[in-house]
Amino acid sequence: MSILILADHDNGQLAAATLNTVTAATEIGGDIHVLVAGDASGEVAKAAAAIAGVSKVLTADAGTLSHGIAENIAPLIQSMAAGYSHLMAPATTTGKNIMPRVAALLDVMQVSDIIKVESADTFQRPIYAGNAIATVTSNESVKVVTVRSTAFEAAAAQGGSASIEAVDGGADSGLSSYVKSELSSSERPELTSAPIVISGGRGMQDGSNFAMLEKVADKLGAAVGASRAAVDAGFVPNDYQVGQTGKVVAPDLYVAVGISGAIQHLAGMKDSKVIVAINKDEEAPIFQVADFGLVADLFEAVPELEIKLD
Amino acid sequence: MKVLVPVKRVIDYNVKVRVKADNSGVELANVKMAMNPFDEIAVEEALRLKEAGGADEVVAVSIGPTQNQETIRTALAMGADRGIHIEAPHEVEPLAVAKLLKEVVAREEPGLVFVGKQAIDDDCNQTGQMLAAILGWAQGTFVSGIEIRGDTAAVVREVDGGLEHLEVKMPAVVTVDLRLNEPRYASLPNIMKAKKKPLDSMSAGDLGVDIAPRLTITRVEEPPAREAGIKVSDVGELVDKLKNEAKVI
Repeated sequence: MSILILADHDNGQLAAATLNTVTAATEIGGDIHVLVAGDASGEVAKAAAAIAGVSKVLTADAGTLSHGIAENIAPLIQSMAAGYSHLMAPATTTGKNIMPRVAALLDVMQVSDIIKVESADTFQRPIYAGNAIATVTSNESVKVVTVRSTAFEAAAAQGGSASIEAVDGGADSGLSSYVKSELSSSERPELTSAPIVISGGRGMQDGSNFAMLEKVADKLGAAVGASRAAVDAGFVPNDYQVGQTGKVVAPDLYVAVGISGAIQHLAGMKDSKVIVAINKDEEAPIFQVADFGLVADLFEAVPELEIKLD
Repeated sequence: MKVLVPVKRVIDYNVKVRVKADNSGVELANVKMAMNPFDEIAVEEALRLKEAGGADEVVAVSIGPTQNQETIRTALAMGADRGIHIEAPHEVEPLAVAKLLKEVVAREEPGLVFVGKQAIDDDCNQTGQMLAAILGWAQGTFVSGIEIRGDTAAVVREVDGGLEHLEVKMPAVVTVDLRLNEPRYASLPNIMKAKKKPLDSMSAGDLGVDIAPRLTITRVEEPPAREAGIKVSDVGELVDKLKNEAKVI
């Protein structure tokens, strides 16, 4: 058995979710290869080759692969699929965009967003916003699988010594072209892999009030997130959103501030180890999942929290 | 140009789902059903495109049992012109849905397919990408902005790091995200009018597509319950608990 993992990266850095996907692949067992499809992504290939458990890194380097265009990358993976038992990717927006296209080209059903490997063909995955867990068996000749990174430990980023081999990048499909990105830049840790996350909801009332959360985040080394309500209201950009359709996080500590706790939000954070809720409404559903609940006005509690963390 | 909008019938997003006692699935009997909220956004976007003069017909298609005609009627009440119901006796997986839609596309020849990025029941997030793949079309996924410019669509995608702008060649499949628009409510007169709008019905077999499932769901269970914790009286106690009890800061 051998497994091909599509690395998630931005040509300069390997996304951390790739490491969790390697762990899921290790649980399936077999030779693990990583495909780095990109443009001038040599540093990414080196990082992938150093991951413990990876035996080979395949690099496809071409201008047409520089921005994760699904119409160009999916045929490349399809052309490499022969001989692999599993094709895997982290369930990031890149993996979610590309892998179903790969699966359809190969005429197989994908298993999305797995949270547990039971055997080489049987996996657990959340359905209904995580309100039910389905055990799914695939009898497809090649299993196309995306992996929820928070459900698997990260593989060691060092210690491996995989060979690096170049493969042909394929042609431009001519279907889609990249124009530009508007990426949030932050000195804080990345939301999905941060050990601590502090999120704000509708109760924050205004985007400028997120500065209070940022001060606490900086003292804790935390990432800042938000509920859908806060994103829809324009308080913060879309990439802050935690929930069923946003990002799934499972940090050691999750602090929910002014978040009522709709099931769609809980779906994105309820696997956090410790949950703190600060909300002035003591009936808010968030308290039902919180380890420590504080019924208080967030505009008094959050500044006080910042001071007390010194 | 015609816009095709596949709409899925799912458990209403406000309903708390219950796992069946025999762990074979979730309870669907006597549960309120509704159009997948992401598909509502897709219908809305198609209607706005038509109202702006960018499309001349909006066709809603749904796959499933007879009750799916209600979901199509909802789309018609919002303003879609015509409906197509593909009768299927059991849950149809995204790959088979894509194959059925490919046949509909071959008959209808739309310039765009707008579809929700995921359904809130199986949370697969596959159908649009699969349809684009088997049609050999461009795909714009997780889209929060779209502008038609001649034979290309400029789309804004919500990605993990922020936003990404792409130009996709048409015809194309566009999967829509939450912030693309806010769907309208159907007015009572429009609900009445919708009953008279044309709705074609056919079976999956009529389209020559094998819809047998490829995956087997062997068990569905409740996630481990999270115990409610304690209330702390003030910020001081909270910090103390986090430092000394939970030891997370």
